[in-house]
Amino acid sequence: MNELIEYGPALWEGFVQNLKLSAVCAIMALVLGTVLVSMRVSPTPVLRAAGAAYVNIVRNTPLTLVLAFSALGLSDQVGLVFSDDPAINGFWLVALGLSLYTATFVCEALRAGINTVPFGQAEAARAIGLTFFQSLTLIILPQAFRAVVAPLGSVMIAMIKNTTVAVAAGYLADVAFVMKDTFDTTGVSIPIFLGIVVAFMAVTLPIGFLTGWLSRRLAVAR
Amino acid sequence: MKNGDAVPLVKLENVNKHFGELHVLRDIHLTVDRGEVLVVIGPSGGGKSTLCRTMNRLETIDSGVITFDGRPLPAEGKPLAKLRSEVGMVFQSFNLFAHKTILENVTLGPIKVRGQDRKAAEQRGLELLERVGIASQAGKYPAQLSGGQQQRTAIARALAMDPKMILFDEPTSALDPEMVQEVLDVMIGLARDGMTMVVVTHEMGFARRAANRVVFMADGQVVEENTPDEFFTNARTDRAKDFLSKILTH
Repeated sequence: MNELIEYGPALWEGFVQNLKLSAVCAIMALVLGTVLVSMRVSPTPVLRAAGAAYVNIVRNTPLTLVLAFSALGLSDQVGLVFSDDPAINGFWLVALGLSLYTATFVCEALRAGINTVPFGQAEAARAIGLTFFQSLTLIILPQAFRAVVAPLGSVMIAMIKNTTVAVAAGYLADVAFVMKDTFDTTGVSIPIFLGIVVAFMAVTLPIGFLTGWLSRRLAVAR
Repeated sequence: MKNGDAVPLVKLENVNKHFGELHVLRDIHLTVDRGEVLVVIGPSGGGKSTLCRTMNRLETIDSGVITFDGRPLPAEGKPLAKLRSEVGMVFQSFNLFAHKTILENVTLGPIKVRGQDRKAAEQRGLELLERVGIASQAGKYPAQLSGGQQQRTAIARALAMDPKMILFDEPTSALDPEMVQEVLDVMIGLARDGMTMVVVTHEMGFARRAANRVVFMADGQVVEENTPDEFFTNARTDRAKDFLSKILTH
């Protein structure tokens, strides 16, 4: 228990990085996932194919490889640099990789949601003269989102836990890295281990409850 | 518009359509005049709904030409959306936007398609809801209304776009019997006001009372075109006589 108290501040600092990554990735993944699903249901075959290819490639690649590619491929080889400060650069490379990865799951959850919207809704939207894009953003997606609030919650929970593999992109500041670093000096500590588990659960459990409650509240009556 | 009244509002020439092997529309020639109420009747699977849906291009056609207001129907994009905004449509299953209130259902098109001011659109929307007798339900969601109320909302939604024509695709077929008349009453009112209407229906009473012309379709063909009086008392074709004998003898 003593080591948890002693190293608590350092671990907390690491955990704050996980929280920051989660917040940034949640926004980027939701936006990108919505763009991807729009491509996948668009009437343009090229966009549909591009969306499907992206989702199938990225979703089936292990996250550690996506993050390694973000750091080694995009940053070192292609020259994508967010900041001269390696800590800040590393943060954004993880955020980028995790967002690109999580967006595929957001996309597929939303696509399942679109399938719950009766076809007549899209026909009625077209029949009053809405364009494809208007039908999608005003009629289809709002109903699709409401149908998949709970699954999106699961995607977000998985994403929050996935921030702990940030080290794969060479980002040496998140709580999992701090924990391993600490174990190198203290030896394995069960209290530290459990402390981190509790910290994650304190974030993810409420998300599960909240999205479950929201999904009932927002459900579209038919 | 010069000699606008001389040109029929809708003209179908030599229209054909297949669903796979099934030839659902065979060499259809048909016109709809301005202000006319055209009722399409016939056995199920005869192509009535498909015919109706080709007129705002919810169904594409394989060959032939459909003109609306003197111009061929646009194939896609903005021009097609504009055409659809001028042709109202009322569906068998209502298809009200489930996540929007009754009033929002009626004002969405005017605001988003026509760019109308929200206040003005809501005022007009309430007037239309008043006209179809459901202004008191304006704040409710579609699922909270009866089928008849939902279908009347759908008619108000179509009217809100000030359409040149309204297509009715079996508007009363999904309704409980006691709600059919309230919807038909609204439609008869529209017909009296001179709205151009194409109505696919099994309601023979409506056809007799409100139609200017009856089109009888079977097996993808227009078998007979006639005035309602002539058609119901003295049909020319055997196919139509056979159909009428099955539905009119109780």
